[in-house]
Formats: sequence, C-alpha cells, structure tokens
Amino acid sequence: MDEVSTTQPGNFKDEWGPMDDVRPVFSTGVGINEETIQAISRAKHEPQWMLDLRLQAYQIYQSMPMPSFGPDLSEIDLNEIKYFQRATDRIARNWEDVPDEIKTTFERIGVPEAERKYLAGSAAQYESEAVYHNLKQDLESQGIIFMDTDSTLKQHPELVRQYFGKLIAASDNKFAALNTAVWSGGTFLYVPKNVHADVPIQSYFRINAGRTGQFERTLIIVDEGGSVNYVEGCTAPNYAEDSLHAAVVEVFVKKDAYCRYTTIQNWSTNVYSLETKRAQAEANSTMEWVDGNLGSKVTMKYPSIYLTGAGATGSMLSIAAAGANMHQDTGAKMIHLAPNTHSTIVSKAICHNGGRADYRGLIKYTKAAKRAKSHVECDTILMDQDSASDTFPVNDIETSDGTIEHEAHVSKISEAQLYYLKSRGLDEATASQLIIMGFLEPFTKQLPMEYAVELDRLIKFQMEDSIG
Amino acid sequence: MSKLEIRNLKVNAGDERILNGVNLQINPGEIHALMGPNGTGKSTLSETIMGNPLYEIVDGQIWLDGQDITEMSVDERARTAVFLAMQYPMEVAGISNADFIHAALNARNQGQPVAVLPFLKQLKANMEFLEINPEYADRGLNADFSGGEKKRNEILQMMMLRPEMAILDEIDSGLDIDALKIVAKGINAMRSTTFSCLMVTHYQRLLNYVVPDVVHIMMDGRIVKSGGPELATDLEKTGYAELEETLGSETSHGNSLE
Ligand SMILES: Nc1ncnc2c1ncn2[C@@H]1O[C@H](COP(=O)(O)OP(=O)(O)O)[C@@H](O)[C@H]1O
Ligand SMILES: [Mg+2]
Repeated sequence: MDEVSTTQPGNFKDEWGPMDDVRPVFSTGVGINEETIQAISRAKHEPQWMLDLRLQAYQIYQSMPMPSFGPDLSEIDLNEIKYFQRATDRIARNWEDVPDEIKTTFERIGVPEAERKYLAGSAAQYESEAVYHNLKQDLESQGIIFMDTDSTLKQHPELVRQYFGKLIAASDNKFAALNTAVWSGGTFLYVPKNVHADVPIQSYFRINAGRTGQFERTLIIVDEGGSVNYVEGCTAPNYAEDSLHAAVVEVFVKKDAYCRYTTIQNWSTNVYSLETKRAQAEANSTMEWVDGNLGSKVTMKYPSIYLTGAGATGSMLSIAAAGANMHQDTGAKMIHLAPNTHSTIVSKAICHNGGRADYRGLIKYTKAAKRAKSHVECDTILMDQDSASDTFPVNDIETSDGTIEHEAHVSKISEAQLYYLKSRGLDEATASQLIIMGFLEPFTKQLPMEYAVELDRLIKFQMEDSIG
Repeated sequence: MSKLEIRNLKVNAGDERILNGVNLQINPGEIHALMGPNGTGKSTLSETIMGNPLYEIVDGQIWLDGQDITEMSVDERARTAVFLAMQYPMEVAGISNADFIHAALNARNQGQPVAVLPFLKQLKANMEFLEINPEYADRGLNADFSGGEKKRNEILQMMMLRPEMAILDEIDSGLDIDALKIVAKGINAMRSTTFSCLMVTHYQRLLNYVVPDVVHIMMDGRIVKSGGPELATDLEKTGYAELEETLGSETSHGNSLE
C-alpha cells in the first residue's frame, strides 16, 4: 500500500529514501527557515519548480499579517511549531499517554478496539490491505489516480504542476502561504472524463484517513462529465500533539462534472485548524462541500466555490459543534462568475458548555452572473447561557436580476417540542438528544452510513454534560 | 387498569386562575366526554393531567389508581399510564415517525429495547387500520402534516403505546367526516375494561361514532353538569348560551358554540 500510506507518517521512511540524507532536517527542531524548506524538498526529491514555489511562498508567509478577523489566534506561537517531523517522533506514543477523555470517547462512540490505538497515534498501521488492494485495482482500471500528493508529484509531476496552487495562491492568506512552503501529504485524486467513481472513495479508508498531516495539500480534479464522491476524515476524536493544522484543498470540477467532498474533523481541543479550501465549478457542473467540524480549539474554515461556468451549481452543507473552550468560525463563500449559476449554503451549529460557533459567509455576484440564485440558511441551537453564536453574512451583488434568500435562526431546544416528546414517556435527556439528532439530520443523512452512526453517538456523548 | 380521580383542582396559567375547582372521576373501562365553550379550560385540564409545566396547580389533587401524580414528571406520568393527544401536536423535523414511536416504546419498556421487526409489523398494521400512507412512517414527526394528518398520527401513537388512560383534546377538530370516522374507529379499537378515556370535544359529532359513558359540561373552569350521552344531544340543540342561563352561571365569556 505504497500510495495512500505515505499520508501516514509511519511509512514515509520507505518512500523518502535513506534517513541519513535528511538528518539535518529533523535536527532543526522547532521553527522554520529557508534551509528547513530546502531540506524538506530535498528529502522528497522534488523537482526544482516545487522548491521554488515553496521558497517563494515562504517569503510571502513572512510578509503577510495574521487574519484580522474572527477567533483569537494570539496564543499560536509560530516559532514553536515543528514544521517537519520524522515518523518515529510521532508514533512513539504509549497508549497509556493518550488522554482518558479520548479513550472514553472511543468507547462511547463504538470505535472498534483494533482501530483505537491507531487513531490515538500509538500504533503505526491498521491492517486493511486486502480491502485496499481490491479498491485500488478497481480505481486504476477506470483510470482514476488516487494517491498521496507526494507520490503523485513523483509519478505524475506534470499533472501536479498543472493544478497545484492554481486555485489557491500562496498569497491568498498567511496560512495558505505557510502550507505552500512546508506542505507534506494530502490526497491527490484525478477522475478522467466521463468516469463515474460510484463508491464513495475513501470511506473504505476511514481508518487511514483518521490520521492527517499538519500541512496537508489536497488536489482533486474531476474531468469533464466525470463524477466522484470523496469522503475523508473521521468522527472519532483525532488526538493530535501538533497544535497547528493548516491544510490547503483545491478542487477542479470541469464541465458537466460532479464532485462531492465530505470532510469530518474532530481534532482534540488543543488544535488550531486553519484551512483553506476552494473549488472551481465549470459550466453545468456541480460542486458540493459537506463539512463537519466537531473538534479543535479554533477552526477557521470557509470553503469557497468559484462558479465560473454557466449553469454551474455549488452547495455547502455544514455542521459545527462547539463545546467548552472551543471556537468554530466557519462558513462558505460562493462566487458567481457566470450566468445562471446557483448556490446553496446550509449551516447548522450546536453550542454547548460555553462553546462558540460563528458563521461567516460571502455571496458574490459579478456582472457576468446574470440570473444568479442563492439560498443561505444558518440554524444554531444554544444549549446553555454561556454558549454563543453569531452570523456574519456578506452579500456583494453587482447584478440586478439575481435573487438571494437568507435565513438565520438561533434558538434553544424548544420547550414545546421537549414536552411533546416527554409526554410519550421519553426522559429529558433522551428527548433532547432526539431533538438534536433531528436538527442535524439534514447533514447526517448525507453521510455514508458508518459515519452517520458514529456521528450520532458522538453528538449524544458530547451533549451529555449539557442535557444531564 | 386506571382509575382517574380529580379533586377540587385549581389551576393557574400565566398568573391567571383558569380552573376553579374541578372534580372528576373516570373508572377503568369508561369513556367520558368533556364539552364546553372555547376558552373555558378544557385544554388546561388536559394539559394539567399530563403535567405540562405551563400550568400551575394551586390546589387539589390528581389521583391515578390511588396515587397522587401531581408531583410526577411528565415522562413518568406517560410511562405510568397517561397519554395526551394534544390539541396542537408539535412538529419535530428530522426524527422519523417510526423512530420516535420506537423510542417511546423503548422508554416504556424499562430499558429493554423493543425488537424492531415485530415493532415495524405492528406499526404497519396500525397504519393500515388508520388508513395512513405507509410513507408517513419515515417522514419527520408530524413535520408538514396537515391538521387532520397530525390528529390521525396522535391516534396512531396511542394505538402503538397502548396507554391505560388517554386524554384526547379536540381530536376531532379539523377532520372531515371520513377522517373523523377513522379516528373514531381507532378510539373504539382501544376500548376495553382496562382502558379509560377523556375525550375533549366541542361538538356532538364525534360522540355519534364514539358513544361516551358519561358527558361533562365545563364552563368557566368548572364542571357544571354531568350526565349520559343525551346531554350532548340536548346541548347540540340548545347551545351553551341557553345552558348557561338555566344554570344561572355568571360567566361573561366564551358562550358560543362556534
Ligand atoms: N399557557 C397559557 N398561558 C396563559 N393563559 C393560558 C394558557 N393556556 C390557556 N390559557 C388561557 O386559559 C383559558 C382557557 O384556555 P383553554 O384551557 O385552552 O380552553 P379550552 O381548551 O376550553 O378552549 C383561556 O383564557 C386561555 O387564554
Ligand atoms: Mg382547547
């Protein structure tokens, strides 16, 4: 399993050649400088253009300010971060050292015993090779390329060069610049013309996907008339020692193509997750983001879709759960650049135990976006007085024939609904859980079965403190 | 088997006295009808028996099989015996009707989950009996149901949960004649020596299909008259206003049969 497995630090020794070569890299420890970047690139035997891109991005990163909006990032010390870590540094963690709350959660949401250690980072590998092998053959026979981005750079450098950074320039924001400078891992997926990848790709690799790198770089290209349903991430808590995760994801949806990209993240609450995700949807294509943010200390993530072709459709369906000491600042951006483009944003959030979830969104109709349509819906449930939520929608409309609908509701669990359920014999906690599950149902029903079941259990478990 | 006894019940809603000393006894196996003008306190009585926190008991007791239930929580009452078909059933999107009823059955079964297959079979049979479209099992609980569909769904829940004591608050409102007959069929199917029922209604019409053992008339937060089924028929002819006069009531509101 050479391709996918390099997203796991456990295997990169095989991939990246002799460790001796790269010793200096590891000894640089915390912090970042040009030499670190050169060493990373050299260790991976990258082409010169990639190194140039990295170095250029590093310059940009140094000159760019931190985001001027949203959550407090002042506690991140960018000089204290390990930008590049050897596999063994990461895996050498005893099961005993994994925090109890993480272990309890594994138990409560029913993560199989065999997977727990792997997810917690105390086992290097999870045995799923047989399944993987079959799927890999199946994908290859359809001409689909599905491997980690590092391997793709080696095996299909021209393809990577064609798309890498074309939607998200390093100059987009400070963390996109940082990612471009130091990226490692991530997924590359190419679906050829008129090929339909019918199984949700990656759901078979749930377990492999549970461990993601700090600065992942993901590229997805769905060629004309093709379609793909890609699922990544993990409902189970992802115990990370690294406190900063800054991924970049670029998705190209060509004419008449379809892409659904589902992500579930449940980082442990020491993590800052600052992601940049962008898609381009060409004529009559459809791009759908399905995004669940269940963990982290701070998440800043506003996936965008550039609707560049006439008749393109974009949608974002997201949930955020924010508990104690968590701030989810998420949303979406829909940029309409062509006629008859449609977009939908449905954002659902639950705040409990003093957590905070904000929605930040942009709908833009440029002059070319004749007869554009957009619908935005933000619903939040606040479980207690200490929790909070706000919405920051921005509309930037240059046309006169478009329509925008915007609805936002912040509520508590309805007493009348609770009473109704109780009148049938359900106790307070069960009734509240049912109402929350019902609230999230538009999201959960879009997930592959095993994700949906786990998500239900996780939310129930997270809610227990709030609803006694 | 449930015997309901209400003694001198005085209830406030939003600081206002609504029930002014209600006395009522329903024996096991009996169906009682409670009639009266709008705003007279019929729903207040129904909700108070269920334990709705919006209604405050100022005085009196509610006894069920010799046990005062006024301190019991809503869900405890439900698990013990009481079922209330509400005048305005709530909508809860995202929870399927079937899942909800199953959860309610589980809750009544003391932690023993009710086997899914027999449950689904029973649900299907009852839905057929009540002529409910099978698709409604998977629809959100009352979500976007019409008024009449919600009422029928209340009866479905009653038939599935099989309570010993059911209160049906205006189960007939908003029903056309065919739907009314179906709802009546559901209530009659529950009839047994171990089932007692209080049917709140505005009209005599329902009572043609579900013949009550006793009819009570409520006015101004009190039961002012009780009798056999003929009381309802008489009332239909005379109207509440006339009854009010003959009773010499001092009420000044809610005196029309709309
Ligand atoms: N939750 C409540 N808060 C305040 N007043 C209420 C409430 N429920 C009912 N009432 C008042 O109590 C009176 C009786 O209402 P209700 O019991 O619904 O009458 P009925 O069911 O006989 O039509 C009305 O005046 C109504 O406005
Ligand atoms: Mg009423």
